[in-house]
Amino acid sequence: MKTVIIKYNAGNVQSVMYALDRLGISYLYTDEEEEIRSADKVIFPGVGEASTAMAYLKSKKLDQLIPSLTQPVLGTCVGMQLMCRYSEENNTTCMGIFDVDVQRFPVEPGMKVPHMGWNNIFDFKDPITAQIPTNAYVYFVHSYAAPVCAHTIATCEYIQPFSAMLHKDNFYAAQFHCEISGNIGEKILQNFLNM
Amino acid sequence: MLTKRIIPCLDVKDGRTVKGVNFVNLRDAGDAVELGALYAEQGADELVFLDITATVEGRKTFAELVKRVAHTINIPFTVGGGISSIADVSTLLHAGADKVSINSSAVRTPELIDQLALEFGSQCIVVAIDTRFIPYIEDFPEAGGDHIVHTHGGRTPTELRTLAWAKEVENRGAGELLLTSMDTDGTKNGFALELTATVSGNARIPVIASGGAGTMQHFRDVFTTGKADAGLAASIFHFREIDIPDLKSYLQRQGLPMRMTI
Repeated sequence: MKTVIIKYNAGNVQSVMYALDRLGISYLYTDEEEEIRSADKVIFPGVGEASTAMAYLKSKKLDQLIPSLTQPVLGTCVGMQLMCRYSEENNTTCMGIFDVDVQRFPVEPGMKVPHMGWNNIFDFKDPITAQIPTNAYVYFVHSYAAPVCAHTIATCEYIQPFSAMLHKDNFYAAQFHCEISGNIGEKILQNFLNM
Repeated sequence: MLTKRIIPCLDVKDGRTVKGVNFVNLRDAGDAVELGALYAEQGADELVFLDITATVEGRKTFAELVKRVAHTINIPFTVGGGISSIADVSTLLHAGADKVSINSSAVRTPELIDQLALEFGSQCIVVAIDTRFIPYIEDFPEAGGDHIVHTHGGRTPTELRTLAWAKEVENRGAGELLLTSMDTDGTKNGFALELTATVSGNARIPVIASGGAGTMQHFRDVFTTGKADAGLAASIFHFREIDIPDLKSYLQRQGLPMRMTI
C-alpha cells in the first residue's frame, strides 16, 4: 500500500509522520502530482492559517489536484477546513469538496477560543469510527469550525455543536488531531488506512 | 465537554530526568521517554519536558530526546527551557514537539512572541510566566504590592506586573499561558488560587496553573476557584504521592470534566 502525506506549508506535520511510524505504515511526504495520484491513501494534514495555506496550494496547483483525487483522502485540522467551501479565517475561498462554510467560534463569556484540549465526539455515521466508543475523547486545537451539516459523520460540542468529522464520497476529514489523540486517534487513522 | 487537563512536567538534564523518581516498574527511571510513556498510559492529558541543561552539547541531546518522545508518545507534549530564537523553535518542532514554551526570552524580546506566532501559528506557542508577590516598598513603589514576573527560574525580578504581561503576551499571539507561582512552588500547600483566577478570568486563551500542588483537592480548587484550564505538577507525580488515574477519578467525582482512559 502506498500512503502519501501531502507536502505544503502547513506547519509542523512531523507528528503525523511519527503516528504512521508507530502504526508501522511507510509513507511518502510529497507535493508531486504523479506520486499523489498513484497513492492508495492520501493524508492532507495541516496546522496554521487558512489563507496562507490556500495561497500555497494554489501556487502548486494542489487546489485543483486534491478535489480530483479518487482514492481515500483524509484531511485533518486546517486540512479539513481547506476542503470546505469557505473559511471566515481571512475570508478564504477554499476547495469546496464539502458544501459547508467554516466559521469562527462565537464569542461567549467564560469560553476561551481557541478550543484547545480533549473533547468528546458523538453521533457517528460512518465506518471510519468503527470500534470507537461514543463520547471518546480526542485532541482539538482550533478557533474555526464547520457547523453540523449533511456531510457530518461525527459531532463535537464547544459553545455550539460542530463537525468533528466530515465525509463525502472518497473524502474524509477530522477537525481534531488523530496523530496526538492517544489510542482513539490511532484507531481512527488505522480505520482510514484499512479502507 | 472540553475537559480539564492534567499535565506532568519532567525536568531533563543531558537527556535524563533529574528529579528522582520512584517508579519500580520502570527499567530506567531516568529515561524521560519511558517515564513520559508511562504517564501517557496512565491518562496524562499532555506532557511538558523542560530542558534545564545549560550546555550546547546538552541542547543537542535534548533535541534527540524530543525526537524519541514524539516517536513513542501519542498525546500532545510541550518542550521548554532556554528557547530564545526562531531557529530553536524550528529545531524542536521539527523534532516532533507539538508546542514550545518560552519564558525569559519573551521577557527580553517580547517581539519574539509575534514572530513565532506568525511563523509557526499561535497554537504551538506557550508563554511561561514565573511570578512572585513583591510587597509594597516605599523606596520602590513602582514595582511593589503586586505579582511581579520573574525570569531565570524565578530568580530575577522584572518590572512587569503579571496580569499586564499576561494580556500583552496574549495580544502578541501566545496560544496558551503556563503560570507558575514561585510563592507556592515546592510548598505542596496548593496552587495560587487568587492569582490564577485573576489571570485565567482575564485571558481569552487557556491557562495552565503550576506550583504548589500537594493533594488532589488542590487540583479541584485550581479548576474551580482558580478557573484554570489545566493543572501542572512534577514531584508529586514522580514520587507517586498522587497517581494520575486516582486523581482523575477523584476530579470526575467532584463534577469536573475529565478524559477517563483507564
